[in-house]
Amino acid sequence: MAGKNESVGKTLLVAFLVCLVCAVVVSTAAVSLRPVQQKNQTLDRRVNILQAADLYQPGMDVEKAFNTIERKFVDLETGEYVEKPDSYDQLKAAKDPERSERLSGEEDIAGIKSQADVAEVFLARNDDGELSRIILPVRGYGLWSTLYGFMALEADAKTIAGLGFYQHGETPGLGGEVDNPKWKALWEGKKLYDEDGDIAIQVVKGTVDSGTPNAENKVDGLAGATLTSKGVSNLVRFWVGEKGFGPYLERMRNQSGGEA
Amino acid sequence: MAEKTKDLLFGPIFDNNPIALQILGICSALAVTSNLSTTVTMCIALTLVVAFSNFFVSTIRNSIPSSIRIIVQMTIIASLVIVVDQFLKAYAYSISKQLSVFVGLIITNCIVMGRAEAFAMQNKPLPSFMDGIGNGLGYSVLLLVLGFIRELFGAGSLFGVQVLPSVADGGWYQTNGLLLLPPSAFFLIGFFIWAVRAWKPEQVEEDDFKMKPHTRVSDAF
Repeated sequence: MAGKNESVGKTLLVAFLVCLVCAVVVSTAAVSLRPVQQKNQTLDRRVNILQAADLYQPGMDVEKAFNTIERKFVDLETGEYVEKPDSYDQLKAAKDPERSERLSGEEDIAGIKSQADVAEVFLARNDDGELSRIILPVRGYGLWSTLYGFMALEADAKTIAGLGFYQHGETPGLGGEVDNPKWKALWEGKKLYDEDGDIAIQVVKGTVDSGTPNAENKVDGLAGATLTSKGVSNLVRFWVGEKGFGPYLERMRNQSGGEA
Repeated sequence: MAEKTKDLLFGPIFDNNPIALQILGICSALAVTSNLSTTVTMCIALTLVVAFSNFFVSTIRNSIPSSIRIIVQMTIIASLVIVVDQFLKAYAYSISKQLSVFVGLIITNCIVMGRAEAFAMQNKPLPSFMDGIGNGLGYSVLLLVLGFIRELFGAGSLFGVQVLPSVADGGWYQTNGLLLLPPSAFFLIGFFIWAVRAWKPEQVEEDDFKMKPHTRVSDAF
């Protein structure tokens, strides 16, 4: 019996048939489940955006809540809105030399290597239709991994309303504490700029209390996670800075000042 | 025959536990047991994969040329794992995110390969299927024990529902962070193996080396 299986022809035939059947099974599963999976991914992203903006309650209707949020595209250099198709993927664009800019070592404090020319922003409006939150996608390198998240700003474009990460690979229990709701709550109400209008927000070692000078610009570091804390500090400074959303935020500030 | 099916199904739970006796599949046991919902998902996924890979391997066992049998088994296992992974991504998205790479790593789980090679290649499809379910159960029992202890004492909750109110939320229970880290699973598996072997001493392996009762010290020259 062993003999009849061992011929070269039989070996090739079995290998071919096994591959064929398995390939059909796998591709059928992948293709037929893709719509559901994509829906999940979109939903997950929306939940993250809502969480960053502090608009999320467990069990809420995400679709409905998301209707009040508008997705727009910003040319990072000028800070002006531009039109892009819905399918625009900022992370993909950042990898495409045609649509991105390589950052020099000095500029690249967040460790992201290249920055897309056009970034997305999300604008949340309250019931009266007034702008209530500006939500910016941010990313940057921590200790082990790139942290991906969203930062929400108040309508004045200088006060932080929330910061949250949806994907990272930092050490659980140490750097992974960036997900800790208590720590995330510390960002709320912090100011991005000092009195002179320079970027002053930073994560500092130890704790910040009301006695600390410029406490409104400082956030407690994570105990045992100096490099992750530094990474978060750098990525926030990068994304509100000149190579990030700096020009856009400046435009938003002038606008809201003008309205007032 | 009924007796044999029972043996196939329940033997691997304590008498021949794939983790505790055969010491296979430890990697995922460490990685996914920090809370019960991921543990249960992983148990179901693995049990399905072992059972069906055993079934399919056994079905075609008489046509597999022995020179390519391992890669044929791998192909079948890998396909099943991908299908399970796709289902999880579609219907249990948040859990599949937490399990991340570990569902994919079922492919390399020694239990699956071990059963395909050791049992399914010699037996008929139905007993092989039962053997797969049995070994999946053996794996699951150990994982569920680990997941239960680690989540209850590590986070004070079960399936994400707070059972012991933790100090951080204003309760009295000081959570044990060590239990949420992978090394704690090593200790717990050790205790589990100890308990099983104390109960069933026939599982204790013979020493590889016998210590001589007394060795005379001779002078160095």
